[in-house]
Amino acid sequence: MGRWPKPAEGSWTEHYPELGTGPVSFRDSTTPEFYEMECEAIFKRAWLNVGRVEELPRVGSFFTKEIDAAKTSVIVVKGKDEKIRAFYNICRHRGNKLVWNDFPNEEVKGACRQFTCKYHGWRYGLDGALTFVQQPGEFFDLDNSEYGLSPVHCDAWNGFIFINLDPEPRWSLREFLGPMITALDDYPFGLMTERYDFTAQNNSNWKIFADAFQEYYHVPSLHSQQVPSEVRQPNATFECGHFQIDGPHRLVSTAGTRRWLLAPEYMYPVERITRSGLVGPWRTPETHQSTGLNPGGIEPWGITNFQIFPNLEILIYHGWYLLYRYWPTSHNTHKFEAYNAFHPARTVRERIEHEVASVVLKEFALQDAGMLGGTQAALEYGIVDDFPLSDQEILVRHLHKVAVDWVEEYKSERHPVGV
Amino acid sequence: MVTEARLPSAFAEFEPFAEKWCLATEAERWEARLTTAMPEIRQFYDAFAPRFEEAIDYCDKFPLDGVPDDALNLLHLIYSMIMVSMAVEIFGTQKPTDSADAVMHRVSAPVP
Repeated sequence: MGRWPKPAEGSWTEHYPELGTGPVSFRDSTTPEFYEMECEAIFKRAWLNVGRVEELPRVGSFFTKEIDAAKTSVIVVKGKDEKIRAFYNICRHRGNKLVWNDFPNEEVKGACRQFTCKYHGWRYGLDGALTFVQQPGEFFDLDNSEYGLSPVHCDAWNGFIFINLDPEPRWSLREFLGPMITALDDYPFGLMTERYDFTAQNNSNWKIFADAFQEYYHVPSLHSQQVPSEVRQPNATFECGHFQIDGPHRLVSTAGTRRWLLAPEYMYPVERITRSGLVGPWRTPETHQSTGLNPGGIEPWGITNFQIFPNLEILIYHGWYLLYRYWPTSHNTHKFEAYNAFHPARTVRERIEHEVASVVLKEFALQDAGMLGGTQAALEYGIVDDFPLSDQEILVRHLHKVAVDWVEEYKSERHPVGV
Repeated sequence: MVTEARLPSAFAEFEPFAEKWCLATEAERWEARLTTAMPEIRQFYDAFAPRFEEAIDYCDKFPLDGVPDDALNLLHLIYSMIMVSMAVEIFGTQKPTDSADAVMHRVSAPVP
């Protein structure tokens, strides 16, 4: 008998009968063909988080985002009216990439009064309007109002900036996020602005990597070093307190012991001295506890990990959060972005606590990234394709099902049955 | 020949480690950890460990936006101590176990 009660059906998985309990296929993560479909069916339809409002602090602040899965680049900019807009990163005159520095495939950020194309000097306002053409008299009936930048749907939720590459998005951002995620409407992400940002190029499908962050079943095995060896249990287990699914999105909550209540041998010396470590600073400024934060009522609550389809994950701890994004670059590679976000340090000691948490994040993320290259390689043998998943891995089951469902829906729209 | 002191005088005993381990960025500290043999890493760790907490308290006396140069060097030594603690206390080797060929870059962080 586990420590945490399961739903009346007997398991988390059976509580969501559409998931089934049989072995699953990971063929959705091993072929260029599926990847091509996924780009169209998922990455050109879903709302995608590209940043936070704090990254655009004033009028004219901008950044570009390369989205390989859509073979495109987007400019996100704050206009004179303080509204955040997004545009395809292409000059309407001769198709030059509009905003970039020395390397066309590298993202850039900065602040400007207008965008000027390097090629022929056409200029665009922060609202995308074409404002200047060199030698306009040489053109034929050129109407500037028809040659503004191509807009991309853009909206924000609780400070997170999302774009949607669909010419006509199927849902508003709020509809897409749904009630489980928007229950965090009042969570004060905007107070946690001290960030440590990371990027990596990983040799695995984006979903295979996401899988490692949506179950804790692997933690005692792969991350055994999270517990000092003197007190490590050889057959340690991990059980999550609460799983929940809402549309394409998922969450998992785990219990957490307050670190300072642990016996000292359960901590590494660096943790005891800095009062920080694997689960962050021991003590953080009091943060408003949104009702959406702990929907399972886990006590003592430790972490809730929100996976917002397709490629965004937000892990909220006591008074700080961690964010991951997985940007596919091919069927077996992706760009990984991660950051830790804290209340701004008020003292040197608090800054040191943040440094420790950020160092530890990288240690254990590297273990996942290193090992998953091996997972990807073996999945591509194509020999085995029926993988049993435990109840602790319900969210893995769900992500792959949703990805396949979206691709199937896309295919059936393009080739309706019987036509 | 006398080289100029980098650290606060109360921490002068760590001057021999200052040139190698007073590093301002995570990228430099990571590189130093991965390219230094474990015995040399342990030498620094063993020397610094007894006064690790005292060093934190010393730096903590200053406001974040007004840490004097010698204390800033000490803070960078503390950051290196955190970095090598992972190798000494957790993995017993420079690289995280099972990290294989994975690479991850810290691309931005607050200063100091």
